[in-house]
Amino acid sequence: MHTKAKSVSRRRFLKSSSALAGALVIGFWLPETRGRFEAHAQPQAKTPIPPNAFLRIGRDGSVTVLVKHLEFGQGVNTSLPMLVAEELDCDWSRVRGELAPAGPEYAHTAFGMQMTGGSSSVWNSYEQLRTAGAQGRRMLMQAAASQWKVGIDKVRTAKGFVIGPGGRKLSYGQLAEAASKLPVPQDVALKKPEAFTLIGKPTRRLDSWDKVSGKAQFGLDVKRPNLHTAVVAHAPVFGAKVRGFNADKVKSVAGVTHVIETAHGVAVVATNFWSAKKGRDALEVDWDLGPVASLSTEGMRAQYRQVAAQPAADAKVAKKADRPDAIKAAARTIVAEYEVPFLAHAAMEPLNCTVEVRDDGAELWVGSQFQTVDQAAAAKVLGLQPSRVKLNTMLAGGGFGRRANPVSDYVVEACEIAKKAKVPVKMVWTREDDIRGGFYRPMYVHRVEVGLDAANAIAAWNHVIVGSSIIGGTPFEAMMVKDGIDPTSVEGVADTPYAIPNMQVTLETTKPGVPVLWWRSVGHSHTAFVMETMMDELAAAAKKDPVAYRRELLAKNPKMLGVLELAAAKSGWGSALPAGRARGIAVHESFGSACAQVAEVSLEGDAIRVHRVVAAFDCGRVVNPMTVEAQVQGAIAFGLSGALFGEITLKDGRVQQSNFHDYRVLRIPDMPRIEVYLVPGGEKPTGVGEPATPPIAPAVANALFALNGKRVRKLPLAGSQTA
Amino acid sequence: MAKFFVNGEQVDFRAAPDTPLLWALRDQLGLTGTKFGCGMAQCGACTVHLDGAPIRSCVTPVSAIEGKRVVTIEFIGHTSQGRVAHAVQAAWVDKDVVQCGYCQSGQVMSAVALLRENPKPSDADIDRAMAGNICRCGTYQRVREAIHAAAASLKKA
Repeated sequence: MHTKAKSVSRRRFLKSSSALAGALVIGFWLPETRGRFEAHAQPQAKTPIPPNAFLRIGRDGSVTVLVKHLEFGQGVNTSLPMLVAEELDCDWSRVRGELAPAGPEYAHTAFGMQMTGGSSSVWNSYEQLRTAGAQGRRMLMQAAASQWKVGIDKVRTAKGFVIGPGGRKLSYGQLAEAASKLPVPQDVALKKPEAFTLIGKPTRRLDSWDKVSGKAQFGLDVKRPNLHTAVVAHAPVFGAKVRGFNADKVKSVAGVTHVIETAHGVAVVATNFWSAKKGRDALEVDWDLGPVASLSTEGMRAQYRQVAAQPAADAKVAKKADRPDAIKAAARTIVAEYEVPFLAHAAMEPLNCTVEVRDDGAELWVGSQFQTVDQAAAAKVLGLQPSRVKLNTMLAGGGFGRRANPVSDYVVEACEIAKKAKVPVKMVWTREDDIRGGFYRPMYVHRVEVGLDAANAIAAWNHVIVGSSIIGGTPFEAMMVKDGIDPTSVEGVADTPYAIPNMQVTLETTKPGVPVLWWRSVGHSHTAFVMETMMDELAAAAKKDPVAYRRELLAKNPKMLGVLELAAAKSGWGSALPAGRARGIAVHESFGSACAQVAEVSLEGDAIRVHRVVAAFDCGRVVNPMTVEAQVQGAIAFGLSGALFGEITLKDGRVQQSNFHDYRVLRIPDMPRIEVYLVPGGEKPTGVGEPATPPIAPAVANALFALNGKRVRKLPLAGSQTA
Repeated sequence: MAKFFVNGEQVDFRAAPDTPLLWALRDQLGLTGTKFGCGMAQCGACTVHLDGAPIRSCVTPVSAIEGKRVVTIEFIGHTSQGRVAHAVQAAWVDKDVVQCGYCQSGQVMSAVALLRENPKPSDADIDRAMAGNICRCGTYQRVREAIHAAAASLKKA
């Protein structure tokens, strides 16, 4: 029997595999496809993480940057390579990004695991990847200096070449092999921002051509030998269990190979999607519906409102007022109740995951925002060590938080099926599975009571939030929930940048049995709507201009003040508009960035038209202005879609929406003209992907008030203008 | 058995005749550039050209396209529409339209069909022609800009 040498060292193994791949690696980590399981079987905890797990230079001078985050539209396949290339001083036209697989080398520098979320991809990579580039450059310089027998101080670099005395020059490609044998320098200096040539420069995406020519490979596009497709019959009610099923009619569908019961449903496996789908349609499942079968949005609304009006004595206090009784001394109070619905993420690519179980481990292909968590969850289901599960990160057709699930729902489901089917399986959710699959932005009710003094200034603010916890009950609870407060339920209120005296924030966490999750901008997706429409209401009560009113309360926050003034100036705030149009403003801080938006709206019958949005955005140091502009446009479109139309409702425990005909999303005729103005400067980057989502709902609602004096305190806005 | 043409080649399709063209392309022919988004002609991600006209392949059974000619995103640049397709794709790259990119095959196919019918579309024309193509990343503004740019480049050439 042929046996492999057992003691191949990790370093030696990786060196040989890099030679096989025909590319030379600076540092010594290559995410190879062969023999990974053997390599990872070696103890690795004490090995320092090689800083250049991120960079490969080929003999031909091509530069590949391993992108540790998921590319799902936000542009990391371009912005992260920019960070490396800035310091490497290579030829940008030779650079490409490649999505990194799951691996400890690719952990988020602040959050300690490999993940994409919290608008953090660029800022957490900012020093790490520039350092990787600078180390690579130094090693190439050293390789050239050694070859020329001169000191490293006698060489310099220019666009992919090392240049030495007398104009001698060697390309990075020529030097890559020699450089890869050198130790990785630990003390490299990084450029001062004034010296940047790439960072801050509008740079086109590197993945556009693949995405307009059908070449880009998303999770759904994975091809493997003998790959089967699974479609799952999911419960009609959350938490329902399979009591039994009848697959007699399924077996007569050509192409069907397996019918497999999973923890949450029954999977039909076939040689192709259509057979699996027809098989599922023919399946009869008997469900034990459980307690959620009586749940309805109407009932929840009544219950949430009741709780909001009278929080329990043991309700959790997220922010305590200095003088809780100040509200009683107020000259008058304004009380308002707000409601926001469950929202589905509805990314364009329906959820899917491909799993291949082999004798020596397993391999997954998935557009994951949570590689570390998903890898561990898959390993658990498959009864393997995580190191024996190779997780390939695929391009994802959107995600918006849905692919970052602490309980890895669809990954676990795919693994359960593949384990039992004993064939490679691509599990595909239909759009209906996606819309009805839960893990929604939670439904919330807010009750806000503001006490005003005789001069209409804020004297006290009592704020009650009622809704379910995203983090409670997940593996993240111990780490993130403190004193019973899920920070994602109260962010944007409890930490408001406004100077509000005697503010008390109370949280009532509900458990309706509907799975919930972060949805682009998380808690800010509802708290900004409440805070910013209330600010508008308070400005009106004080008979002050909405911009002037906010200016006073933000006097000590230059970042917020800066975007407020910029948006007001660029929008022509205060100038005349055509009859039937009005402006509304909102400003909100999230993920370290501040965004102000002015929306111009009109009504066509009872339909709301948003014509123009002026956005001012401060996200610190801008790495790629072209991407930041796109993200602001996209975040506004996503927020506007939810604000105008988004709503998941339940009746008798059943989700009433199923596809894009009844879960309406923004289409091109609904898209306003968006102008984006970036605040220049900033030392370091802050969040980009999410902070422009929160302000749009209140900006539009405030514009509607300016238009017709009607306060809207419930989302979605569609239907609110019916006379 | 259904016979039709995909990207210039004859296909003898032996699987179930109710198979939507989308899944015939993806599963049987390995052409994954055409995307699955909704399965009910709501989102446009599956748009292909059938005898030159844009259709939603997710609701078009192969039994309905006997003898007809299908062109997908992978091949649109090599057809008689190649000039328009190249202009659209180049404009998409130049304007940095794509984000996640999943809907963009369908967007490009719809845009090519629009420009063939209407070489100088207004914003309103674009909104009408592209209303069936959903983009959850919200690239719509750049879609409009890119279509105008493609129209201008075709006029110049």
